[in-house]
Amino acid sequence: MSGFPANVPAWAALLAAGLVLFGAGLTFIGALGLVRLQTFYERVHAPTLGATLGMFAVLCGSVVYFTGAEGRFMPIELLAAVFFTATTPVTLIILARAALFRDRTDRSGEGVRVPLEGECEGVVRTPPDVVTDPRRSDAPQGR
Amino acid sequence: MIRAVLPHPLLSFALFGASLLLSDSVAPPALALALLMALAAPQIMRALDVEPVRVRKPLTLLSFALVVARDIVRSNWEVALVVLGLNPSGDRRVSGFVHIPLEMRDRYGLAVLAVVITSTPGTIWVEYEDATGVLLLHILDLQDGDDWAERIKNRYERRLMEIFE
Amino acid sequence: MSGAVFYWALVLAQLFLAAAGLIGVWRIAKGPRAQDRILGLDTLYQAGMLLVVAFGVRTGTQQYFYAAVIIGMLGFTSSVALAKFLMRGEVIE
Repeated sequence: MSGFPANVPAWAALLAAGLVLFGAGLTFIGALGLVRLQTFYERVHAPTLGATLGMFAVLCGSVVYFTGAEGRFMPIELLAAVFFTATTPVTLIILARAALFRDRTDRSGEGVRVPLEGECEGVVRTPPDVVTDPRRSDAPQGR
Repeated sequence: MIRAVLPHPLLSFALFGASLLLSDSVAPPALALALLMALAAPQIMRALDVEPVRVRKPLTLLSFALVVARDIVRSNWEVALVVLGLNPSGDRRVSGFVHIPLEMRDRYGLAVLAVVITSTPGTIWVEYEDATGVLLLHILDLQDGDDWAERIKNRYERRLMEIFE
Repeated sequence: MSGAVFYWALVLAQLFLAAAGLIGVWRIAKGPRAQDRILGLDTLYQAGMLLVVAFGVRTGTQQYFYAAVIIGMLGFTSSVALAKFLMRGEVIE
């Protein structure tokens, strides 16, 4: 079985498919960041791609398709978009803070220099040569 | 008078809309349920003694939303390039932490700022110290000459202070 | 013609999302530390949620959407609880 039912106009179906495909591609690129980026603090940026524009594009595709199918505008996806926009940052912020807390207490930091507590001046760079070799894990194991 | 029935007008309005969307109709039963939600839930918030949100300049809020939407789209593109290894700075890309002293003290303003900064790919809010008002960000692509403190303060903080304070 | 384009575009989108979820699973398995595993879980539930939405669009039924919302809510709660646990060793302080 392929295609879409006759009650959906072709432009709505194609626009919806395009939006869903775009969002899915963006989410995939974001997930790819989990593989390609080298330290935890870089990787924590990766899921934001799927959580913002990726999620928004997929939900827009859904709105377009079902508006075309039912002939009325009832964007329940809007509710999900608002909910996920508000929640995903919360997860990431708590996760980043937890990682910082752990790196401060055992000073391992995966080769990344993390700013210490009370240190509140300027920019703390992660020199590229300090970034660990991805094949080697010098993080404490078994935690 | 209006405070007694609707202590949190924005919350009531949002719940009314959300309930209608969930019911997927505007028939009388759905309207009644939505009205019940809108009137009852803020009474629970009253027991929790939450400070109501006051938006002072709705128009600034609108322009702020436009700025944020543009930034999110642009930095989605930039981060996608970084992940695919196509970014202009290439292998010399440096990531790092940036400290930014903030002037804003309003809790709701800070909450919105946290969501906005973290929702923008490439920047993440890591820590905020209440006592000093210093914010710690982690930035994926820390290019030279990019003044992140200026960027956060001018683009977001100034507008949020206008809206909430 | 446009029916086939619609169908294959959505199949491709679902493959992308499934691959994103698999990368999340790979991160959960590989680590190296606990925060990376939670990040993998975060990616996994996001991709799973969008996968269900895409499936709903392909089959033309809106009922799947509610399942997606539930996946999102439970995923959010669980990853926040896990991250909180990492920070202090307790979920509720």
